[in-house]
Amino acid sequence: MPTVHSKQDVALMAHLLRRAGFGATLQELDRCLEQGYEATVEALLSPSAPDAVPEDLIRRYHVDQSDLRNHAAGAAYWIYRMVQTPAPLREKMSLFWHRVFATAATKLIQARMVANQLDMFRDHGMGSFQDLLLRLSRDPAMMMWLDNQDNHKGSINENYGREILELFSMGVGNYTEDDIKECARAFTGWRVVNPDYMSIRMRNNTARPYGYIAWQFEYDDTDHDHDEKTFLGQVGDLNGEDVVAIICRQEATPRFIARHLYHFFVADEVPVPQWPHTAPRDPQAIDLMCQAYFDSNYDISAMLRAMFNADFFKSEAARFARVKSPVEMVVGTLRMAGGLELPSTDTYAAVGVCAAMGQFPMNPPSVEGWQGGSEWINTGAYVQRVNFASRVLSDPGKPGIQAIIGRIRDLANGRGLSAEELVDACLHIVGPLEVPDSTRDGLIEYARSWGDVDFADAASTAQAERTIVALLQLVVTTQEYQMV
Amino acid sequence: MMGDEKNRKVVVVQLSGGNDYLNCVVPYNNPRYIDNRPNVRLSEDQIIPFDNGYGLNPSMQPVKDLYDEGKVAVIHGVGYPQPNRSHFRSMDIWHTAEPTKVGDKGWLGQAIREMTPDGDNVVIAVNFAAALPRALVTLGAPVASVTDLNSYGLLNHIDAAPQRSQALDAFRDMYSRALGNGPVMDYLSKTGLDALRGADILSAVPQKYASTVEYGSNPFAKSAKSAAQVLLADVGTRICYTQHGSFDTHTNEVALQARLWDDVAGGIRDLYTDLKTHDASDDVLIFVFSEFGRRVKDNGNGTDHGSGGVAFLIGDRVKGGHYSEYPSLDDDKLVEGDLAFNLDFRSVYSEILEDWMAVEAKPIVNGTYEKLGCLNLN
Repeated sequence: MPTVHSKQDVALMAHLLRRAGFGATLQELDRCLEQGYEATVEALLSPSAPDAVPEDLIRRYHVDQSDLRNHAAGAAYWIYRMVQTPAPLREKMSLFWHRVFATAATKLIQARMVANQLDMFRDHGMGSFQDLLLRLSRDPAMMMWLDNQDNHKGSINENYGREILELFSMGVGNYTEDDIKECARAFTGWRVVNPDYMSIRMRNNTARPYGYIAWQFEYDDTDHDHDEKTFLGQVGDLNGEDVVAIICRQEATPRFIARHLYHFFVADEVPVPQWPHTAPRDPQAIDLMCQAYFDSNYDISAMLRAMFNADFFKSEAARFARVKSPVEMVVGTLRMAGGLELPSTDTYAAVGVCAAMGQFPMNPPSVEGWQGGSEWINTGAYVQRVNFASRVLSDPGKPGIQAIIGRIRDLANGRGLSAEELVDACLHIVGPLEVPDSTRDGLIEYARSWGDVDFADAASTAQAERTIVALLQLVVTTQEYQMV
Repeated sequence: MMGDEKNRKVVVVQLSGGNDYLNCVVPYNNPRYIDNRPNVRLSEDQIIPFDNGYGLNPSMQPVKDLYDEGKVAVIHGVGYPQPNRSHFRSMDIWHTAEPTKVGDKGWLGQAIREMTPDGDNVVIAVNFAAALPRALVTLGAPVASVTDLNSYGLLNHIDAAPQRSQALDAFRDMYSRALGNGPVMDYLSKTGLDALRGADILSAVPQKYASTVEYGSNPFAKSAKSAAQVLLADVGTRICYTQHGSFDTHTNEVALQARLWDDVAGGIRDLYTDLKTHDASDDVLIFVFSEFGRRVKDNGNGTDHGSGGVAFLIGDRVKGGHYSEYPSLDDDKLVEGDLAFNLDFRSVYSEILEDWMAVEAKPIVNGTYEKLGCLNLN
């Protein structure tokens, strides 16, 4: 018999696992409650388990997910990894960086290059920000996405030089147009191997027969502008490494990253383009994370640790205060239902639904990524949200649903459950969700219409399962389930 | 009789992937066309004879028939400055009417906001695909996205009718009673209820429909038929959004484009005929566009991404004919090997928005663009 944990502890742990991951199964929740909140945060920050991806089976049954040429296959492969990962924060941080450093497979033709970028986020997304920004600047997908292969000595292309400042590190208002040009000059000569040929291939925009060509970073010193540059007040023959180091020293950099982290993990902020004109929701939270950044020599996990252990994150007011992104909705629901131990065609359907809700993984609409918040909600997307979650939970044979039924059977402990008890149990297991009385009343009425829940014999057990599944399907259509 | 301007509708036909302008309205006798298209060329004996020295793609006979009735405006050389050859970005530019920066509001989404400021008309715009094109997205603008009218609705995976209706009743009840619990909950509740209301209205549409027109069996024909059903049911829908593709014909272009135009031209003809036989064609305008045309020089078996393209406006109220000019194929007139645009697409949008939909265009297209005058509104 497991230890009984207080409702507050359960609610807080479930909150952490929803935000720092994609929600937990009942077993995961129990395991984390045993080890306690802070230890769970540490385990999330330093995952020991490698992702055990059955690449051999993927190769056998889903060749396209192994080739990673077309976008849907790439996204399906990622959805599978998000659902199955033993290191949810590592995967969630990959999604976070994918949102901040938004790179789309559409322009890059092949999904493989974006998948490689995501691998880089997995390996380095919770380490030093300076290291990450440097790796990003050398990432072939980023290089081609923002045209750095066209950035030459004597003829700069400002695209990457601008976005690294505006969207990837400091935010508008903290540098000048001259800094952008100098930044671009510092990145001249940073390119992919054989750039002319690769550019033509990319412009021709065909996966066939060039899909297997792997882009690689190379630095061409002869194409690098070695003249003196002045960047954010620093003068010298600055190269890309110097620029990245200077950026990481700026106060604006952790402020901007901290606000992104807050927006992604704590509460919806206004859309990023409004940040220069609107103060953060919680300036002290940003200060705290900035302090952690400088104290730790730019360590992202130090910022995360400070955030997850802070009252502003743990407070009840923070729970269910963000609109679930489509990926959070889809992956969270698939994790709860279970049954995706091996990659199946369900992952393709999941990608289709994510796209229909407005978030095609690996295909952000632009370098500005997805704004999120209330922009996820419109009538078309709402139909998709409600139908998806409800449909996934319609199969009582799935292991996650069996576990939920088992938990309710334990609760019944040989007697019958009233409709009230059943509704409270379902809300607790799915969330725990706090719903208005009117919603609870509606659910109770619905549960009652399905009949009694007891597990006395085979017939009543079958009836109880039907009632539980029907109720779960309605619980996930609530407004509260749209929030995380 | 033409309905008043508050009752006019537009059906958008998006040719996704980049429709090859040169093999759609074909300058078949132009030596520059012949030189540049050694492999991917339509010759005089293949094209449908058209006017002004052009031919039409052999699959476009239904469009030619409508043209002969004076119902088709061929709008040449449509594009925008500094053409972008990424599908995504170029489509985005068309969708948001923002060529220079990344826009966050769709041009039709903004029109929807004008036409139903409170969002009361939840079926004012119907998109016939699962994913919402950005053209229709603007915060607060209701849009229904329908893949299949017959099964459209909330909780449509619940097969048993009594159980589904019971679940929907519970949903409606919970959502109505949750109003008044703060702005976020209210927004969610209202959106959920709007979705439900829209689904109620649209799922009843097929029962009201009877027609002798037999549509094809391809996906575009299905969308065209659905659009006809929604428009004929007269439920207040003013925008129908359809798309077909992929027109991204890097390889095997001639066969591929022919098949796609078979679908599109046939679907448009059937939609028009259906509306006409129900005496409902007078206030419907069909707008056909693609995100860009394709490279002038072929690549051996297909063509790569280009810029300037062709758009069509089709309907009873269209003054048929050619508008704007076919861009020159001369080498010194090409932009990086592509046809130069000579008409900004926002001119076409301005005409559709203001003259047809009675919505002020300037704030949506961010400027004043000369209209073509291809609508007959008397």
